[in-house]
Amino acid sequence: MDDRDTEKSLRDLGQRLDRAQRGRQKPAAEGPSTGGGYSSSALGFGFRIGLELVVAITVGTVLGWVLDRALDTKPWCTLVLLFLGIGAGMWNVYRAVTGMGMAMGFRRDKASPPPQTKANWSDDED
Amino acid sequence: MATENPLHQFEIARIVPLKIGNVDVSFTNSSLFMLISVFLIIALVVLSTRKASLVPGRWQSMAELSYEFVAKLITENAGQDGLKYFPFIFSIFMFILVGNFIGLVPYSFTFTSHIVVTFAMAAVVFVGVTAIGIARHGFHFLTLFVPHGVPKALLLLLVPIEVLSYFIRPFTLSIRLFANMMAGHMILVIFASFVVPLGIAGAGIAGLLPLLVDVGLFLLEVLVAALQAYVFAILTCLYLRDALYLH
Repeated sequence: MDDRDTEKSLRDLGQRLDRAQRGRQKPAAEGPSTGGGYSSSALGFGFRIGLELVVAITVGTVLGWVLDRALDTKPWCTLVLLFLGIGAGMWNVYRAVTGMGMAMGFRRDKASPPPQTKANWSDDED
Repeated sequence: MATENPLHQFEIARIVPLKIGNVDVSFTNSSLFMLISVFLIIALVVLSTRKASLVPGRWQSMAELSYEFVAKLITENAGQDGLKYFPFIFSIFMFILVGNFIGLVPYSFTFTSHIVVTFAMAAVVFVGVTAIGIARHGFHFLTLFVPHGVPKALLLLLVPIEVLSYFIRPFTLSIRLFANMMAGHMILVIFASFVVPLGIAGAGIAGLLPLLVDVGLFLLEVLVAALQAYVFAILTCLYLRDALYLH
């Protein structure tokens, strides 16, 4: 009787340890990540949207201008990179608004964890 | 004439002029306040844990709280593997946090309100994260720029956009911190400069209005100071996650 109890409590402890270990290994890939997880204030979020757009276009254009000067290809690099900058800016804004955070890429749940934890993910979802 | 230049507080003053070759490496007020914040952090972490006890005292629990906060931040946003880089993220978080806070002390200098400082930090983060990604994944790191589940024809357009938005990161990271700090401190001075002229014009009572606004703004700035340090740290973690796990 006493033996069985110890065994049970040991198994229980093992399970709890497993769960704790899993919790530690799990990067917050899913879950309520509102636009990078930090934008608690609307003002901050609005500021971030504006910054994302402006910086992308500015960096693209300046990079193109520098490349043009270096390669002597007057308007072409600036033009191409200006439009790429506009695209990148809009894309980053879209990513921020749809709550995909700052991660690269398209899929929502793209931050795949190391393989051995991935198997544990689904059965832990209760 | 009574209004003070709101940009005056950001001026760099040389305390010990120094020159190596043609490079000005003077010890400035900015460097002074960086040193002060570094000493404050070291004092907090070292002194408070010197006679560490099982039941922490006030200072010890402050140091432990900040440690646990950053550790949780990293495991949640960069995964378990991110904890390897805990020392770096903890240092940068505490440096920005303490720098923002001592910048709020009247007559002090806010070194995080200078783009040079924030961009230097963001550049270190960017180069470091990229180096970690390349060291870990080698050539495979470049797949970070190839989005999944997209028609092949669109890749021609999307890969350059992804590359560009990757290189934009240090800029957004640094401008966010610098602009927030600079704008907040400027608004504080602008409202403060209204207090005396309005007070003279409105028999003392009208001057109270901008003073009250300033008190509110100051509280907001305390929040912004903490929030911006947090944002910088969390974005560093998210970039680190990209480098560690790719997609």
